Amino acid sequence: MKKQIYERPLIQRINTGMMNKFGTKTEYAPVSHIDGLAVKDLIKEYGSPLFVLSEETIRNTYREAVRAFKTRYPKVQFAWSYKTNYINAVCNIFHQEGSWAEVVSGFEYQKAINNGVPGPKIIFNGPDKSDDDLRLAITNNSPIHIDHLDELYRLTELAEEMNKRPNVAIRVNMDTGIYPMWDRFGFNYENGQAWDAINKIILGNRLELIGVHCHIGTFMLSPQAYATAAYKLSDLALGIKKKFGKTIQYIDMGGGFASKNTLKGSFLPGADTTPTIDQFAESITTALLNAGFTESDLPLLILETGRALIDEAGYLLGSVLANKRLSDGRRATIMDFGVNILFTSFWYDHKISPAQEFSSYTEDTVMYGPLCMNIDVVRSHITLPPLRKEDHVVVHTVGAYNMTQWMQFIAMRPAVVIIGTDGKSHLIRNKETIENIESSEVMPDFLRKHELASDILK
Amino acid sequence: MSKRKITIAVSGLNNIDSPGPGIPVIRALKDSELFEIRIIGLSYDTMEPGIYMHDLVDKTYQIPLPSAGQQSLITRLTYIHQQEKIDVLIPNFDAELFNFIKLQDTLKKMGIDTFLPALEQFEERQKWALNTFGEKYGIKVPKSKQINSTAEIHALTHEFGYPLVVKGKFYDATVAYSPDQAMAAFNKISSKWGLPIIIQQFTPGIEVNLTGIGDGKGNLIGAVPMRKTYITDKGKAWAGIALEDETLMNIARNMLKGNKWRGGFELEMIKTDKREYYLIEINPRFPAWVYLAVGAGQNHPEALVRLALGEDVKPYESYETGKMFIRYSYDKIVDLKEFEIISTLGEL
Amino acid sequence: MKLLKNIALSDTGFVFNPGNGDSFSVNPIGLSILKDLQEGKSEDAIRNRVIEDYQTDKETIEKDLYDFLKMIEQFNLTDYHE
Repeated sequence: MKKQIYERPLIQRINTGMMNKFGTKTEYAPVSHIDGLAVKDLIKEYGSPLFVLSEETIRNTYREAVRAFKTRYPKVQFAWSYKTNYINAVCNIFHQEGSWAEVVSGFEYQKAINNGVPGPKIIFNGPDKSDDDLRLAITNNSPIHIDHLDELYRLTELAEEMNKRPNVAIRVNMDTGIYPMWDRFGFNYENGQAWDAINKIILGNRLELIGVHCHIGTFMLSPQAYATAAYKLSDLALGIKKKFGKTIQYIDMGGGFASKNTLKGSFLPGADTTPTIDQFAESITTALLNAGFTESDLPLLILETGRALIDEAGYLLGSVLANKRLSDGRRATIMDFGVNILFTSFWYDHKISPAQEFSSYTEDTVMYGPLCMNIDVVRSHITLPPLRKEDHVVVHTVGAYNMTQWMQFIAMRPAVVIIGTDGKSHLIRNKETIENIESSEVMPDFLRKHELASDILK
Repeated sequence: MSKRKITIAVSGLNNIDSPGPGIPVIRALKDSELFEIRIIGLSYDTMEPGIYMHDLVDKTYQIPLPSAGQQSLITRLTYIHQQEKIDVLIPNFDAELFNFIKLQDTLKKMGIDTFLPALEQFEERQKWALNTFGEKYGIKVPKSKQINSTAEIHALTHEFGYPLVVKGKFYDATVAYSPDQAMAAFNKISSKWGLPIIIQQFTPGIEVNLTGIGDGKGNLIGAVPMRKTYITDKGKAWAGIALEDETLMNIARNMLKGNKWRGGFELEMIKTDKREYYLIEINPRFPAWVYLAVGAGQNHPEALVRLALGEDVKPYESYETGKMFIRYSYDKIVDLKEFEIISTLGEL
Repeated sequence: MKLLKNIALSDTGFVFNPGNGDSFSVNPIGLSILKDLQEGKSEDAIRNRVIEDYQTDKETIEKDLYDFLKMIEQFNLTDYHE
């Protein structure tokens, strides 16, 4: 007789109010391939854990977003938000698609330059810009988005010193009915700070005000808030025209569109509730078109969308290190990836699929990472089939913020590959080595040697 | 005239001490003079009493919880539809409505009719948007605000004063008499239903409710106002009486003219000493006491089925006042085998 | 280890303890192990039987059986009076 396929014996209490298993199978349906390549082959070739990106998904998502805005508004420009994912290969896909760069530090600015982005197409945001950063941006004619008054004054001084007229925009914060209100960046709209800054720039006559910018929050689920923001920025632009006769060239709506991830604490999955890019586009463009611009003064609409363009294109592949039973009887599974490389698991309940076939029996599980730290919890509650040691899983929607916010902590960071539209996998970031990390360390002579007493333990 | 045979799927079979509307809706449908109805129950929990009420529910299937997402739900409904060939589906839980509204076109293509509000209608009556809703349709609404953190509770003293009402996104409401109580209510309700939490001005007066149905074109097809005459310790209706209240009827008629509500609904209002009506909540489905409407001469669930099937339905013009309902509980004897089957196979 | 005498096992994988009203669900291999216990088989015998019937090895079933029996104990399905 042929032997039956083995599965770990499972027993579960039938609880009322418990997630029933009927019809929920899609939640843990196995995902064995990504863009046609087998998970197990990818792990065999590049190791586990492994970040995988899909070129096809990135390009399709980007083109879909461009279509959503360009079919509704005549002048649209996207600028790739470097902080979301600044691996050069990723940035270059966006640049190939026609996207500018949006950077928030001297480091990111340098990356954009190295990627060959022309200065006028690098938007320089953020509160942290050193004098050297500003000088470089002025020389390169990059639009500098002013965050605070100290920066406005410093930039004015540098403009005099260099005898240049830098292109600037101001970052504006405002009440759009959204909690929390991001009032730490830029100048406030409601209390008049924004107008004060505008007056200083235009009357000071050393800086060229070419745009107004806002970024109302992150992981926004309300398209209406963007309409409010677009109205308020338009109001500023129209006011500038009226008061100074000056046409503002662009309105930069920033980013913050939600991806299909599920925020911790939400009742319904993000995949069902996240507004579509068309809904965001409709809100923003309707507000701009109805704001009262003449056709010739209609500003260029700039979007710094990051997360919504890359999140779904990213996967994290990992393997089971061990299974154990907690003192209260719950099952725990320890993975070879944790919060160190999956930083977003602090705020999302990431969808995680097994990478191999299982029967329909499942168990409620706590999923831990490999760190020897109590905070290293990937999912505090997930229904999974019985995974064995060395089984693989696929974590979905991890393209945004993980490959930039990951930490080299306890373990080293894994490789990143991209599956090209050619159907092949390409390495775009090597797995870290101890040499990489120690190469920036310096050992003073007096700390080179030590002798440890031996033979205390028999 | 012989009755037409149809199959209707109904959720909300939790006919417990604070009951869901499923069983009352089914009773109304079983009273229909027009249809001979086979009822397919859709349950989330193996302990929902309706599963075992075989005189009312012909067969029950477990369906995935709303939080499992639309893909899981449609997969399961496809399977159920293959077995049962559902003509009309009536969801009865607030928490599941978002998914069913999103899926109504997909269901239609599968041959399952629903009669649900559009997503915009559903969203604009959410508790946290009720102030805007009131302004738009000319209905008085107690001041309310949504909050996302307990840190915001201190600021409420100034804005609302105490007592105030702390409400969950989908269900639950508690009157808090101090910031500490508000804090406790915030934690309790948010742990169950998530964020945001809605804070509402406390409005003294008597609660009056109305169960109704709109045809989606601005017409009120039927409506019966009711006052709870006795409530349980959970604040749910124990007994209630049909009222003659033309003001309330007009509020409902005007609201429907404005928002063109499609489907069943319940208005929860406070009538103050000055006979002003404040809207507390609009439930986007029939209430659990909908059978009182049937008792008073208006079969709203039957009307909903006819609307779902695309029929032209004339509005009900009157109902009998002086009808009341009294809820009772009943210990149904169930063989463990039945519990075993629904638990292990997911259908009974 | 022995299963409580009156535990009811159903072929659907439904397990009922009439002593306290608890009910459980088990997968097919879990059910087969409960039946073994009911018949009074030793842990060794169960292990050998599973290796005989399923595509697995001694190490795997040893770990998994240990875990499964612990759960059964935790769920109060075993007889202490022996």
